[in-house]
Amino acid sequence: MIRKVRTHPSQNEALLFECSSPGKRAWQLPELDVPAVDAAEALGAANVRGEIPGFPEVSEVEAIRHFTRLSSWNYSIDHGMYPLGSCTMKYNPRINEVVARMEGLAWAHPYQPESLAQGAMEVMARLESALAEITGMDAVTLQPAAGAQGELTGILLIRALLEKRGNPRRRILIPDSAHGTNPASAAIAGYTVENVKSTDAGVLDLEALARAADGDVAALMVTNPNTLGVFEANIAQAAEILHAKGAMLYMDGANMNALVGIARPGDFGVDVMHLNLHKTFSTPHGGGGPGAGPVAVKKALEPYLPTPRLKRVRGKWAWDFKRARSIGRVRAFYGNFGVTVRALAYILAHGGPGLRNATVDAVLNAVYIRKRLEPFFDLPYPSPNMHEVVFSDDRQAKLGVRTGDIAKRLIDYGFHPYTVSFPMIVHGALMIEPTETESKLELDLFIDAMISIAKEVETDPELVKHAPHSTRTSRVDEVAAARKPVLRWKPA
Amino acid sequence: MLDACGAASAEDLFAHLPDAVRLRRPLDLEPGISEYEIADYFRARAGENADGYASFLGAGVYRHYRPVLVDAVVSRGEFLTSYTPYQAEISQGTLTAIFEFQTLICQLTGMDVANASMYDGSTAVPEAAMMAARITGRHRVLAARSVHPEYREALRTYARHQGMPVEEFDYAKDSGAFDLDDLERKIDGETAAVIVQSPNFFGVIDDVGAAAEIAHARGALLIMVFTEAVSLGILAPPAGADIVAGELQSFAISPSYGGPYAGIIATRDQFVRQMPGRLVGQTVDTRGNRAFCLTLSTREQHIRREKATSNICTNQALIALMATVFMTVYGKEGLRELALQNVAKARYLAGKLQTVFTGKCFNEFVVRTGDPESINKALLKKKIVGGLPLGRFYPELADSMLICATEMTRRADMDALSDALRPRLAAEEMA
Repeated sequence: MIRKVRTHPSQNEALLFECSSPGKRAWQLPELDVPAVDAAEALGAANVRGEIPGFPEVSEVEAIRHFTRLSSWNYSIDHGMYPLGSCTMKYNPRINEVVARMEGLAWAHPYQPESLAQGAMEVMARLESALAEITGMDAVTLQPAAGAQGELTGILLIRALLEKRGNPRRRILIPDSAHGTNPASAAIAGYTVENVKSTDAGVLDLEALARAADGDVAALMVTNPNTLGVFEANIAQAAEILHAKGAMLYMDGANMNALVGIARPGDFGVDVMHLNLHKTFSTPHGGGGPGAGPVAVKKALEPYLPTPRLKRVRGKWAWDFKRARSIGRVRAFYGNFGVTVRALAYILAHGGPGLRNATVDAVLNAVYIRKRLEPFFDLPYPSPNMHEVVFSDDRQAKLGVRTGDIAKRLIDYGFHPYTVSFPMIVHGALMIEPTETESKLELDLFIDAMISIAKEVETDPELVKHAPHSTRTSRVDEVAAARKPVLRWKPA
Repeated sequence: MLDACGAASAEDLFAHLPDAVRLRRPLDLEPGISEYEIADYFRARAGENADGYASFLGAGVYRHYRPVLVDAVVSRGEFLTSYTPYQAEISQGTLTAIFEFQTLICQLTGMDVANASMYDGSTAVPEAAMMAARITGRHRVLAARSVHPEYREALRTYARHQGMPVEEFDYAKDSGAFDLDDLERKIDGETAAVIVQSPNFFGVIDDVGAAAEIAHARGALLIMVFTEAVSLGILAPPAGADIVAGELQSFAISPSYGGPYAGIIATRDQFVRQMPGRLVGQTVDTRGNRAFCLTLSTREQHIRREKATSNICTNQALIALMATVFMTVYGKEGLRELALQNVAKARYLAGKLQTVFTGKCFNEFVVRTGDPESINKALLKKKIVGGLPLGRFYPELADSMLICATEMTRRADMDALSDALRPRLAAEEMA
């Protein structure tokens, strides 16, 4: 029996602009304690605008109902499991939200004197050192705003070091299983991207790497465990091949949730890597951000890290802006501080042993799903997996049902879909990452749902192909959206 | 579960890892602590920061009141703990809110189309510059020196390896507005974009339209930057701008020691396919009902890889939602009133001090104080955080500071600041 499926009543709601009527207001301001001004006189008549056409006019209760109704149309981790491979959608502890909103932290201005920012700087320093210990690297910058900016930062660091050594080189090698951000980031850093085919086992091909890694290659960007959830067992040898050619090893840390406390990139030859605090370190995804993408490096790259850097001066924290070899800033100020507060709270809550336990549970959960679903779905790469597992839709595709259809049907069973059609080396991929925060009860509900869908594919494929059936919005026409883009509301 | 996995112990799950890569000791981190202790730790850190001080800092980060509705909405797990809305059928809440956000930004800036957010204002600037280079097929960028200095630093970092030389043109030493003659001198047929900020870093309202005319006459695009979004409640949207790159921190986003904030890029319809970042579009579901989804994703990295318009993936969705709630609460009338209160406070304070520039200001301005560092030190004793000393960014203004007043700045604090500065100003004049 399937225990989770249920329909849910939700409210209709128009767009803000359609709910507005003149004169309604949700705002309050205190009486001015200084003389009022005439806008035209103070700002210059030509600089003053008329009213903003279409801007909302709603009451406070209308405003909160509007957004509450919208919120009820979302799925979230607080509803249930989010088996999105490569995204590490784990529970977001609420204490992290509470501490990030504490007045002395939330209202700290980035330009307030260092003597009055010691608490914020201490939080950043402590997170930097915890991340260095977790990754086995020598130094960490918290400046990058998200994973992709971390990648760009990391590649710029490599470029700066190679430039210093006499030749920045021209190419970056990227396996065909990589995230799309890897090549996009390498391109912004001015490199040409060369794809490297994976072996039949879905891992790095050392021979192909040795052939490709000539004196013109700056680095290999690799995700470990890779996007199949498989640990790159030859990673240390790959590092040796690259280092022998004067090239560097960049690691995309998106899958670090498989390694914390178990293995450290710094110990297997990685020169530079980024972390996603909104994945491994539980900061909320917020419907698409904010994230944070700290970058960890070996000693040789430390002089090139973005300015400013934290330093200790006479027992106090200070910002060091004078770093001659730095690649410069990648953004204003010091990073997504509010996100770093949450990540540090997560690390403090777990401690060393707790972080390791989380990794073990994350891997156990993924292996459990694999074993239970293997009889029902094709597993194209049979190597042992870590925190995620990738099936293919080969068996179901023969009956005309694709991975995207199965994913949509999963919604009817009360789950968010897994990652669809990625990595690209798997035809029709179903990429599943449960994370450690799912209990056996929730995992079993998910597995039951997947098995039930596999059976539906055989008995009633049309049911699956037109899913979801239980949502207030049925399948959305994405083709029409792109063909004739409507990107803003306009009055009728 | 171990049985089902065919494992005798959890350790077996890692048996396939090469021995050489394994960490054979515990992580050198303290043992875990309870919720209460975590709160205690951060309360102590918060207490080491400026707590209970009056502050006159602005310079790209502004102290504006955050209506309580904002946290009430963004604390909802349905928004806070949801993923990027790729699965439209169960993400209509986020998608609808982003569509509203895009619309609000268009209304505010007078542009046709706005994206779902960038990391912040500082990274929106290089993204806008790269966009202009793609559109014009040119590579030179000319930025006003009155654009936020840290934004220009980020621009240089991005531009360095794009074959995109960044040059700067000066501001007029009397008005603090940009120097149109210097712009005329430096612009040429290779210029892809002219980048100006208004109100600029000195708080001065610049003549964006005049810069746009010069840019357009040479076939370049005009990128308008803003750091103080509240100013758009009263200031006319940028005339002649082709791309607007801005920062929304002023819209209910805590200063939070520099982030997370939310940037935007807005532009004209004809440039939409060169835009970076996510976009939400309107469509229908199979029942014909209005629905929203992410769209035009062939611009993006997960489809186009190294040929994408940007490498951005995760953006600032929740922060953009904060700004959306803020704009909803203030609305048409309230945002104007809020902007006017800012102007009134700043004018009151500026009237008591000796401002350096003659240009019209919104809510911040430059004051010549003599050695700003030592003055700020003295102000701290009165529980006042003074303005930003400008020497770090503008050596020629080493004797000046940038002072900001918002609707949250109290008259009594402004009086205290001007009293503290006045003896020094008088002494300066005597000398």
